[in-house]
Amino acid sequence: MRNTARRSAAPAILAITLALSACAQGSATRTEEPAESGGPVTVRYMNFSANGGHEEDLDAIKAAFESANPDVTVQIETTPYDDYFTKLQTAVAGGTAGDAFELNYENFVTYSSNGSLAPLKNVETASYKPSLLEAFSADGTQYGLPESFSNVVLFYNKDLFAKAGVDEPTADWTWADEQAAAEKLTDEKAGVWGDYQPISFFEYYKAVAQAGGEFLNADKTQAAFDSDAGRAAAEWLVGKSGTTMPTEADGAGTPDFDSTLFKDGKLAMWHTGIWMFSGMADAPFEWDIVVEPGDAEKASAMFTNGVVVNAASKNQEAAERWIAFLTSSDEMVDKRLETSWELPPVADEAKLASYLDAGAPANRQAVFASLDATVLPPVIERQQEMQDAVGKELSAAAAGRITVDEAVSNAAKAVDALLK
Amino acid sequence: MSVTTAPRTDPAPPRPARAGGARGSRWHNRGWVLLFLAPSAVPLLMFTIVPMLGSVWVSMHSWNLISPMRWAGLENYRSLLTDPTTRTVFTNTLIYCVGYLPLVYAGGLGLALVLNQRLRGRSLFRAAFFLPVVTSWVVVALVWKWLLNPTNGLVNTVLGAVGLPQPGWWTDPTWALPAVILSSAWKDLGFVMVIMLAGLQAIPADVLEAAWADGANAWQRFWRVTLPLLSPSTFFVVVISLINGFQVFDQVYVMTGGGPSGSSQVVVGQIYDLTFRYGRAGEASALSWLLFAVILAITAVQIRGQRRWVHHA
Repeated sequence: MRNTARRSAAPAILAITLALSACAQGSATRTEEPAESGGPVTVRYMNFSANGGHEEDLDAIKAAFESANPDVTVQIETTPYDDYFTKLQTAVAGGTAGDAFELNYENFVTYSSNGSLAPLKNVETASYKPSLLEAFSADGTQYGLPESFSNVVLFYNKDLFAKAGVDEPTADWTWADEQAAAEKLTDEKAGVWGDYQPISFFEYYKAVAQAGGEFLNADKTQAAFDSDAGRAAAEWLVGKSGTTMPTEADGAGTPDFDSTLFKDGKLAMWHTGIWMFSGMADAPFEWDIVVEPGDAEKASAMFTNGVVVNAASKNQEAAERWIAFLTSSDEMVDKRLETSWELPPVADEAKLASYLDAGAPANRQAVFASLDATVLPPVIERQQEMQDAVGKELSAAAAGRITVDEAVSNAAKAVDALLK
Repeated sequence: MSVTTAPRTDPAPPRPARAGGARGSRWHNRGWVLLFLAPSAVPLLMFTIVPMLGSVWVSMHSWNLISPMRWAGLENYRSLLTDPTTRTVFTNTLIYCVGYLPLVYAGGLGLALVLNQRLRGRSLFRAAFFLPVVTSWVVVALVWKWLLNPTNGLVNTVLGAVGLPQPGWWTDPTWALPAVILSSAWKDLGFVMVIMLAGLQAIPADVLEAAWADGANAWQRFWRVTLPLLSPSTFFVVVISLINGFQVFDQVYVMTGGGPSGSSQVVVGQIYDLTFRYGRAGEASALSWLLFAVILAITAVQIRGQRRWVHHA
């Protein structure tokens, strides 16, 4: 009897053992243990900014790093921006995030405050633009290194301006000049639109600054855009929709809609980032850029990305060496300038000289001129909810479902609730 | 002893008296029973039961997936019940179900009735209508999004050609949910068709023949005989479709992303956004349990109600 019991339990034990060993293999994406001394250490690096055309440039920087650091191998994982932060959050929660990963300035605050980033030990502070380095520190600790920065300028199609007989934009333009030109350039029959500026949180906070207002109050406890400047900014964006700019129903807001429209020669003016330079290099018409028009003030959006070391990484020392190389080496500077991939965060501006004559557009000086008056995105802990809430109200106003005043007041209330 | 442990290959003969030995033999077989259950029981336990129980725990915390959890008690449930968004997403989900169920049922039944006739290429049609059921939702939703493109989609081009109004579909808050309903009903028609076909073929021919002999016309035979005898299949379709309908997600996520302005956001979409966009896993888990309670209640009501209208032949 006892013998039978043992025999019949055996398959169950076997099954459980198999199941458990299957579980143990489930974590294949986890970083491997540090190699035996002598063997190379693998550093996994997650990023979004190489996606969409700069994958090979990042690979070249990685190759340069590996030949200078033969004891380290870098394994790159590139994810499109739209999916990156969802993936990163899940990976950090599940313990499968890379040893080093990329963060934009807007998301840095969330990660630095929740203990998932390792404090950096050997930072060569002199290499970086101080304001950018500052953006990736929290409570006096450096948790990340600035990797690149970029800004938004006004792209314009010179051929369309010539055809319509409209003077090309200059750095002194205001909203009124832009609007007047956009109206003349819009040609419904030819399917040509005068202007394109996304109706989104990212355009809105900048427009508020251009109108002379503030998005949040000084101690970041309340929305401050339910003001004349805030309403003027919303009116500026919303008023374009359907008059000089395609509407959501025309497809605005869907991926690549604006870049395709511009590249097809159907868009005269386009508010977008300098990261689009390389994508437009082979456009079959003449185009250039200019500092964005302001209203009461000039204000250009500036974005900055940084790289951080995962607090849970077992290879923190090697990961830190990689991110230092990725953010300050000459190889990186050359690669970024040569391929017009966002600007390197170096302190020494003389190193940026070659950027000015790296090809279209001709007026690359505007990229640096825009830096004279920049505005960083407002950042709060519940960032994504704030971005969605503001975008949702503005697009409701653009579709004519609510008035601009209602949109601004609803959005301000929503942001106030998120700050509680 | 070897008789009790060896796997049986012959069809089970009528069992001898159960007294005494039965309990003992079940005891001896438990190892084998566990082994054969393991391939489905282990994944079920690991990927369904354990996460479900885990979500009860999560629902009572404030947690952004990364920072340590903070105890919140029933606060997540309380804040969800007072949040107007909760009402919106449940209303949208209900509208989805109310629009989807009649469409998919009437369409599936119609197809089944037609394809139950002796037609040329009948199996080809059956396979064709079933094909969308086994196609990935992402593919189907992208194709529908393209067909329903407000400016250059096929549907609006055809509507425009015959002089009908061209709705804004997924770009218009009024039409976003109908667009989702339409594509969902199209995809699931084949599933309902197969269930109804099986139901139709199970109706004894002599019953219909008797009705015919008594002078019932085609409509009377359908309404008085076929439809009542299909009621078990109807019941199954309604229960399954409502359970699935309340959990609608993929097509909404791909076609509208819940927009424009939240007009097509459904409960599971909200659960996804709360967790992965906003880092509010506690509230998302609580919302999952609210959804579970609603589905359980609706299914329980249907099962109780079936006695009144489901007839077994």
